[in-house]
Amino acid sequence: MTRALETALRTRRDSGGKCLVPYLTGGLGDVWLETIQAAAVSGADAIEIGIPFSDPVMDGPTIQLANDKALALGVTPQLILDRLRGADIGVPTAVMTYGNIAYRMGYQRFASSLADSGVSGCILPDIPLEEVGPWADAADAAGVETVLLAAPTSPDERLVRIAGRSRGFVYGVGLLGITGVRDQLADSAKVIAKRLKEVTDMPVLVGVGVGTPEQAVEVCEVADGVAVGSAMVQRMLDGGGPEGISVLVGEFRSALDQNF
Amino acid sequence: MSAEAPNAATPDSGVQPGFMADPTAGGRFGEFGGMYVPETLVPACQELDRAFRSAWADPSFRAELTDLLTHYAGRPSPITRCDNLSQELGCTVLLKREDLNHTGSHKINNVLGQALLAKRMGKTRLVAETGAGQHGVATATAAALFDMECIVYMGTVDIRRQELNVFRMKLLGSEVRAAESGSQTLKDAVNEAMRHWVAAVESTHYCLGSVMGPHPYPWMVREFHRVIGDEALQQCAGLLDGGNPDVVVACVGGGSNAAGIFSGFADTDAELVGVEPAGGAAVGRAVPGIVHGSHSYLMQDEWGQVLEAQSISAGLDYPGIGPEHAHLAATGRARYEPVTDAQVVEAFQLLARTEGIITALESAHALAWIVQAQDELEGKTVLLNLSGRGDKDVAQMMDVLA
Repeated sequence: MTRALETALRTRRDSGGKCLVPYLTGGLGDVWLETIQAAAVSGADAIEIGIPFSDPVMDGPTIQLANDKALALGVTPQLILDRLRGADIGVPTAVMTYGNIAYRMGYQRFASSLADSGVSGCILPDIPLEEVGPWADAADAAGVETVLLAAPTSPDERLVRIAGRSRGFVYGVGLLGITGVRDQLADSAKVIAKRLKEVTDMPVLVGVGVGTPEQAVEVCEVADGVAVGSAMVQRMLDGGGPEGISVLVGEFRSALDQNF
Repeated sequence: MSAEAPNAATPDSGVQPGFMADPTAGGRFGEFGGMYVPETLVPACQELDRAFRSAWADPSFRAELTDLLTHYAGRPSPITRCDNLSQELGCTVLLKREDLNHTGSHKINNVLGQALLAKRMGKTRLVAETGAGQHGVATATAAALFDMECIVYMGTVDIRRQELNVFRMKLLGSEVRAAESGSQTLKDAVNEAMRHWVAAVESTHYCLGSVMGPHPYPWMVREFHRVIGDEALQQCAGLLDGGNPDVVVACVGGGSNAAGIFSGFADTDAELVGVEPAGGAAVGRAVPGIVHGSHSYLMQDEWGQVLEAQSISAGLDYPGIGPEHAHLAATGRARYEPVTDAQVVEAFQLLARTEGIITALESAHALAWIVQAQDELEGKTVLLNLSGRGDKDVAQMMDVLA
C-alpha cells in the first residue's frame, strides 16, 4: 500500500507547513476536471472529489445544490471515475461520497475502481467506526486509504479508536453541524484538533465550517491542515471555473504559508 | 457484503428469543439495521440506546407511559368486527382501531414514549419529520403536553396537500419548517431533521416517527408501538375463543404501525402481510441499500441514488422501509404486497359506505389488499390495523372523486 495521501500530507507537515485540501464536486459543469487540476497547481496538497449523492445528510445548502446540479446533468460515479482514470492531477486525491454509492456498486468493486482511477483515499461520512469494517477491509485490500471523521461529540476513547482505524489523515469535524461557510470559526474547531493531536501522530485536518483563509490560519494554530468545501463549491457554482478556483486555493495557500 | 450479525439475539444472550427480538447494541435484524450516521450523531444514538434500555426496564417509566396512554391517548383502542364488510368480502374483517386514539392515529404511542424518554434524558427540544402530518401533529401534541420546544420538518409538497395538519401543529405551538430539497416529501423532511439534529444534538432529541433510521430507533419505535399488538393479541383471543386471526395486515411506509401490530403476532401462526403503495414498494423491489441511518431495502437507481416514491398517501410516500421489515421479508416471516392508488381510493370509499368509518388513506392500503386477495382469504379471519382516521384526507379526496 503506497499511502500516497498520508505521505503527501506528512511531507507538508514535516517541512513545517500546513496542509490544504480543497473539496470540489465531481461532474459539476464541463470543466470540473480542469478545475481540480487548477486547484492542484495552485497549492493544494491533496484534493477531495465529491461524488454526488441524492441524500447528503452531512451537507449544507451549497454542496446540496452542487450535488443536485451535477445529478441533473446525468453524472454517475462511473463517469467521474472514468474521467479521473489517466488524468494527471499532480497531487493525491480522495473521493468523498456517501455509503450507499459504494455499497450499491459493491465495496470491493468500488474500492478497486477507485484504485484503477488513481484515487488514493475515500471518505464516507455516514459510515462510522462501528459500521466501517466491511468497507475498510475492501479499501485496504485495494490500497485505498479510508479517512474517518472525528466529531466534537466523540468521547476521548473513541478518538483513539477512530485515529487508529483512519488512513490518510484524521478528519476533525470543526463544529456541531453540517458543511457550510460560517461567519466565524467555531471554538470547537481548535478543540477537536487539539484532542486529536493528543492521541495520534496521523495528520489532523479540520473541516466543516472552515470557509476563509483567516479561519484556516486560526484553526491551523493547532491543526495540521484544513479541508475546505463549501467555499470552493460556491465558487464553482458561481461559474468561477478553473481560474476562480485557482485564485481561491492560492489565497488559502498564501495565508497558510505566510503564517506558518 | 454487509457486516455479519455479531450482535444477533440468541436465546442464551439474555434477550427474548423469536421473531422481532431485541437487536442488541449493534441494532441488527439479521443483516439489516445498524447505525449508519455521521460520527457527530453516533454518541447520541449510543446514549439513546442506553437511555431507552434503562427506561424500558424501569417499572416507574412503564407506569408513567401506561398512565399517559390510558388517560391521555385513550388506550386501549377497541377492535371492531365489521359485519357488513365481512359479508361483502367473504372473510371476517376485524379492525384494530388506532384511528380512535388522541390525535387520530397510532403515532401518539411512539411520541408519548419518546417525549417521556427525552425528558428523562434532560433534553429540552424535539425535532421531527413528518409526511402526512400525523407524526408531526402527534409530536407537537407531546411537546405541548411536556412544555418542550418543537420543530417539525415537512416537505413543501406535503405542506400543500396537508394544510390542515400544518395548522394543527402551529396551533399546538410547534414550528413547521419546509423541506425544499429533492422530492420535497417525507424523505427530504428526514434529511432536514437529521441535519438539524447534527447541529443541535446536545439539547435536542430527534423524535423519529417510524421504525427506521439508525439504531435504536427501529427497535425503540417498534417497542413503543408494541402495545398495539399486545392489546390486539388479547382482544382477539377474547373474540375468537382463544384463537388468533389467520392473517394480520397493515400498511407500510416506514412501517411503524405494522411493526406494532406484527410484534404481538410474530410468534403465533398468524400470517403477517404488509401493504406498500405500488409507487413506493421498497420490499417489492428488494434492493438493499443504506440511507437515513440503516441498511434496509431501498428504492434506488443502479448507482445508488435514492428514487422518489409516488403515492396518493403522503404518509407512505417513502422510498425505504424499516430494517426489521426487510428482515421479516427476507426470512419469509412476513410478506409485502403492493396496491395501486386506484385500489386505495376504492377501499377508502368501501369502508365509509359499509361501516361508517372514514379511514386514513394510509390504512386504506391494507383494506385494498384484502379486497384484492378476497379469493385467497375466503372464510378466514383477517385483523387489519386501522392506523389512522381520514379527516386529514377528506379535502384531497373531494378533488380525487370530483
